[in-house]
Amino acid sequence: MFTLGVIGVLTRRNAIIVFMCIELMLNSVNLTLVAFSAFHGNPTGQIFVFFVMAVAAAEAAVGLAIIIAMFRNKMTVNVDEINIMKW
Amino acid sequence: MHNLAGYIVLLPFIGFLINGIFGKKINSEKLSGIIGSGSVGISFVIAAAIFFEMLRLPVEERSHIVTIFNWITAGSFSINAAYQVDQLSILMTLIVTGVGFLIHVYSIGYMHGDKAFWRFFAYLNLFIFMMLNLILASNFLLMFLGWEGVGLCSYLLIGFWHDKKFDTGGYKPGEATTSDAAKKAFIVNRIGDFGFLIAMFLIFKLFGSLTFEDVFSRASAITTSGDKTMFWITLLLFLGATGKSAQIPLFVWLPDAMAGPTPVSALIHAATMVTAGVYMVARCSILYALAPATMEIVAITGITTALLAATMGLVQNDIKKVLAYSTISQLGYMFLALGVGSFAAGIFHVMTHAFFKALLFLGAGAVIHAMHGEQDIQKMGGLKSKMPTTYRTFFIAALAIAGIPPLSGFFSKDEILWKAFSQGSIVFWILGWITAGLTAFYMFRLFILTFEGKERGEKHPHEAPKVMTVPLIILAVLSVVGGFAGIPYALGGGNAIEQFLKPVFENADLQLSIAPHEGLSAEYLLMILSVVAAGFGIYFARKMYLQKPGLISKISEPFGRIHKVLWNKYYIDEVYEYSVVKPIKTGSEKILWKGFDVNIIDGMVNGSAKLISFTSSWLRKIQGGMVQSYALAFVVGIIVILGILILR
Repeated sequence: MFTLGVIGVLTRRNAIIVFMCIELMLNSVNLTLVAFSAFHGNPTGQIFVFFVMAVAAAEAAVGLAIIIAMFRNKMTVNVDEINIMKW
Repeated sequence: MHNLAGYIVLLPFIGFLINGIFGKKINSEKLSGIIGSGSVGISFVIAAAIFFEMLRLPVEERSHIVTIFNWITAGSFSINAAYQVDQLSILMTLIVTGVGFLIHVYSIGYMHGDKAFWRFFAYLNLFIFMMLNLILASNFLLMFLGWEGVGLCSYLLIGFWHDKKFDTGGYKPGEATTSDAAKKAFIVNRIGDFGFLIAMFLIFKLFGSLTFEDVFSRASAITTSGDKTMFWITLLLFLGATGKSAQIPLFVWLPDAMAGPTPVSALIHAATMVTAGVYMVARCSILYALAPATMEIVAITGITTALLAATMGLVQNDIKKVLAYSTISQLGYMFLALGVGSFAAGIFHVMTHAFFKALLFLGAGAVIHAMHGEQDIQKMGGLKSKMPTTYRTFFIAALAIAGIPPLSGFFSKDEILWKAFSQGSIVFWILGWITAGLTAFYMFRLFILTFEGKERGEKHPHEAPKVMTVPLIILAVLSVVGGFAGIPYALGGGNAIEQFLKPVFENADLQLSIAPHEGLSAEYLLMILSVVAAGFGIYFARKMYLQKPGLISKISEPFGRIHKVLWNKYYIDEVYEYSVVKPIKTGSEKILWKGFDVNIIDGMVNGSAKLISFTSSWLRKIQGGMVQSYALAFVVGIIVILGILILR
């Protein structure tokens, strides 16, 4: 599931989909943490997941805001056409 | 009094600074002129005071060294900025500041209305400063500073009207400006300076010191008979002298130097700077006395230059060029005197020559001024009535240089000819005698064409203003009486100047074992002969140019070829052009510029730039601004790191 997310991030061109793939990666990590936590009987992992979810929520808000801002500027959400990340 | 020697040098420098820095702001010809002339005038007064004090002192106390400050110290090498005040240097100082002052005053009139009036005076002051350094220096290095400095000032002043067209009579026809003449003077001088520099190295190697005191006092002790070093030192110093004093082979710059304003020609290229070489050789008299071979070279160079330059002067039509060749010729006389070991006679001629040659040039300047820039003597004539003062003073100067007694030129030239005969050889005397006749001829050719006869120009000449004629009159008086400083024993005089300078040249005289005077009857005979030569020269000039103008073409026809050779100055400029200038130019262009510079130097510079642009064209792709490519790099990086961690 994590690998799927990575491949999605690298290959898809629609920013929304890239963004969803990032969520996918985060959730795959969450899932892994919860699974191992239950398996080992150690609650630390589950607590950590809450933090990750909180951060993911914040990140989702920021990310969506960025995408909207970019769309307003460029009238596109296609990441290939956005190359302002350079100095 | 001699402690004030520093001020003699300092004052013109202050004048230079004031005129040079604030001249444009002052913007007043009167003030600039007063500052310029005043500073030199005060220097002259100080020098005169020192001179008269020196006359009162006993002979042993006349030489002093005035140290100003410690200039350079490096290891065992130490040089002071110190001035040597003795008979020789004070005499030269009087000439330089005295004649210099008169020429400064004259320049106020001559340069009137020039747009860079203040700059002219700044340069003149700087020149006087450098010249005084050269003369008063007590070591070779300070002398070299002055030596180079006067060269620089000469360059600046020849090219003073740097955009003015100038007829070189050879290279770059039609497009040469005075700055070309200036460059020529500077470069030719540099060749000579190079000799001076090497000689200085040799002196330091041999003596371990550059002060005159050390070098001269130990010279005779240090030299062994088979030693060639002294020969090379003196020869290289003489090479420097030929550059500065316009002797063969480096005289070519002086005629072109006439492109500068006329007061400059008078001051630098006639009266003072060109005598620097003579002064230097006289100052190093003991070294020359130890190298008889060089002395011979000096004498031969001197007499050859004197004769060649005199013949070239016969056919020139530019009033200043005639005077330039006569200067070269007279300098040749001085070197002849030095070469036969008569240093005092050489310096005596320096002095009288400074008077009458400055007068001739200033007179020529007044004529050019009156003719609105016309310099061709074929287009002058009949100026006698229009410019009476200039006419009279010029006449005196022409008589003086021709060697008519009792004017100054007679005494000094005759002294040289007599010494050439008694201490040199009869050949020197014959050549010198012919030159004397030629000198009288071309001077009176110039004089007659300019002042006598009918007016040939359409210009309306007028007499120069007072500020210009007064220096002329003073110099005329000096030209008349200057010779009385050295009336020879044969005529009942005491030869005061030789006595005065004797202590300076004592060691050299001792080395050369010059016998005191003898053979009075021979001296009388030579005197009469040289006056006859001068008389004939004047007579022929009158005959050819005044009474029977048709005679010129009749005479010159069979000599057409000689005339052409003389007119082209023996093609020496052309020979230099093809043997020296062209090869250097081609070599520089083909090998140094197009070969070495373009391929290797430029190749290295451009190569490094190309290398960087090549690598950067690759590196640029990494930072493309595409988020996904960055992310890909992340992932690849993580995989690689993980791979290393796992496989380790």
